[in-house]
Amino acid sequence: MTVSSYLQRRWDVVLQLTLEHLIAVGIAVGFATVVGVLLAVAVYRNDRAVTVLLVVVNTLFTVPALAYFGALIVLVGLGWTSAITVLAIYALLPIVRNTVTGLREVDPAIVRAATGMGMSRFGRLTRVELPLAYPVILSGLRVATVLIVGIAAIGAYVAGPGLGELIFSGLGALGTARAIPEITIGTVAIVLVALVLDGLLALLGRFSTPRGLR
Amino acid sequence: MSEPMIRLDKLTKRYPGHDGAAVDAIDLAMPKGEIVILVGPSGCGKTTTLEMINRLIEPTSGRIFLEGEDVTHVDPDQLRRRMGYVIQQIGLFPHQTIAQNIATVPRMLGWDAKRTNARVDELLHMVGLDPSRYRDRYPKEMSGGQRQRVGVARAMAADPPVMLMDEPFGATDPITRERLQNEFLRIQEDIGKTIVFVTHDIDEAIKMGDRIAILDVGSRVAQYDTPEAILSHPASAFVEQFLGAGILLKRLNLSRVEDVEVATGEWPTIDRGSTGEQARAQLRKSGRSHLLLLDDQRRPARWIGAADLERSDAGTGDLSGLGTEVQACVDLRATLNGALQEMLLNANGVAVVVDREGAYAGTLDLDTIIAAIRRMRAASPDGDVPLDPA
Repeated sequence: MTVSSYLQRRWDVVLQLTLEHLIAVGIAVGFATVVGVLLAVAVYRNDRAVTVLLVVVNTLFTVPALAYFGALIVLVGLGWTSAITVLAIYALLPIVRNTVTGLREVDPAIVRAATGMGMSRFGRLTRVELPLAYPVILSGLRVATVLIVGIAAIGAYVAGPGLGELIFSGLGALGTARAIPEITIGTVAIVLVALVLDGLLALLGRFSTPRGLR
Repeated sequence: MSEPMIRLDKLTKRYPGHDGAAVDAIDLAMPKGEIVILVGPSGCGKTTTLEMINRLIEPTSGRIFLEGEDVTHVDPDQLRRRMGYVIQQIGLFPHQTIAQNIATVPRMLGWDAKRTNARVDELLHMVGLDPSRYRDRYPKEMSGGQRQRVGVARAMAADPPVMLMDEPFGATDPITRERLQNEFLRIQEDIGKTIVFVTHDIDEAIKMGDRIAILDVGSRVAQYDTPEAILSHPASAFVEQFLGAGILLKRLNLSRVEDVEVATGEWPTIDRGSTGEQARAQLRKSGRSHLLLLDDQRRPARWIGAADLERSDAGTGDLSGLGTEVQACVDLRATLNGALQEMLLNANGVAVVVDREGAYAGTLDLDTIIAAIRRMRAASPDGDVPLDPA
């Protein structure tokens, strides 16, 4: 069996797994963005808190995925929840780091002018600091997305969603006719998903960044 | 004196771990509608004093009164919306258009869009920027001087009675600074705000201030008076030293061209439409070396000498290609010092004076300035204002 004949026969499965993959990555990045930005906003004014937070997310980042899956199978069982939780944990580092950097790089004179005009702390954050940090936050989001598209393949290990299932299925059937097409299609599809998402986020950045910041 | 706009009562700031106070019990009353300058050497506490007025820095003790109301403990955000604030770095929001930047405080105060837009256009006009051209630009698409004008417009947006300005023109080149200062004085003439203005530059203080507070370390007031009074009667050796050399020259900064007699008939002028023949006749009649060509708006355009007229085929041709361009004109509002500067730059030792619209108003020469200096020295009560030994 060749790659093309496999695709002809089972394109619907490949498409379904690709969609699952996208959905899982989307949910994980969305979740990590909310949590990561909130954490960064909570600490960015305080040097010590920033250091602690970065050490924590860095450490979380270095733990191998299999270790997380082991723990999560015990805690929440097999399935989507385990897979997405692990992806979100990995996405946290680039998002937190870029958000903190973006917020801390805002020109202090701009913040001082805002304060001096009577802008409240919340107003300063939402109207000035976050919009100015936005391009940096978005590039963190991009890194996180591309990163976990790859990691998501391992999600199949805990019966999670996505193209990993194709690769694992092929690996399990080595020596049979479908093994090589499955592994190839799974891998190429993941690379394509990563490239497409990266491109889409770059476009989003292009169109959503105010002209004054470009 | 009626109730001052701002009154500082033993206002003090101490930082933990520092000997002495950054600001040590300063008492100062700033009258309505005046520009009060806080000037002093670096580290004297002038910026700290300014930032305590809008409570960017919370005072350790003492009180701040705004129009008689004790504002030492009111909500700082509300307080700041009643005071315009301009800083040296300007701090425009780069992600917002010029119009959005200017609308910052009106939006916080809940103005409707129509009122805000009208105000934005009015302010852009006031600071000399064409609204249709600039309102939708971003800060990075403007020059430093233009950005500084927007900074001033933004501070004035909600028409606050008070403006606090911390070295507002400090980061601009000398030519732009001079222009911004003049524009600001012109605007202030119309709006009459109470302005507290921090600078370390005594010349700027003398030029801009209705009243100057010279501050020593700890924001101790060494002298608080009008520029004239400070220059004629420095209160202490510290003040004298801070004023520096050339007090008399500095006093030239206090007189404006409009205060002295501008000569209108000294130099012959000629309109753009005239022929070379008319120009030659005019020049001969006056007995001067040059005549001044005015353009259609009666703005000085070129100095034309007798030689230029002889040499040329000017009999029929256009005069506007002859002679040398009038390099710099001084406004009626310019200081005598500025006029002197122009005079020294100009080949024939004459400054061309123009009115607010830029039209020719006359000329000014060295004799006029020397006469003005004589009058100043005679008017000085001690009569002994030291001439700069240099």
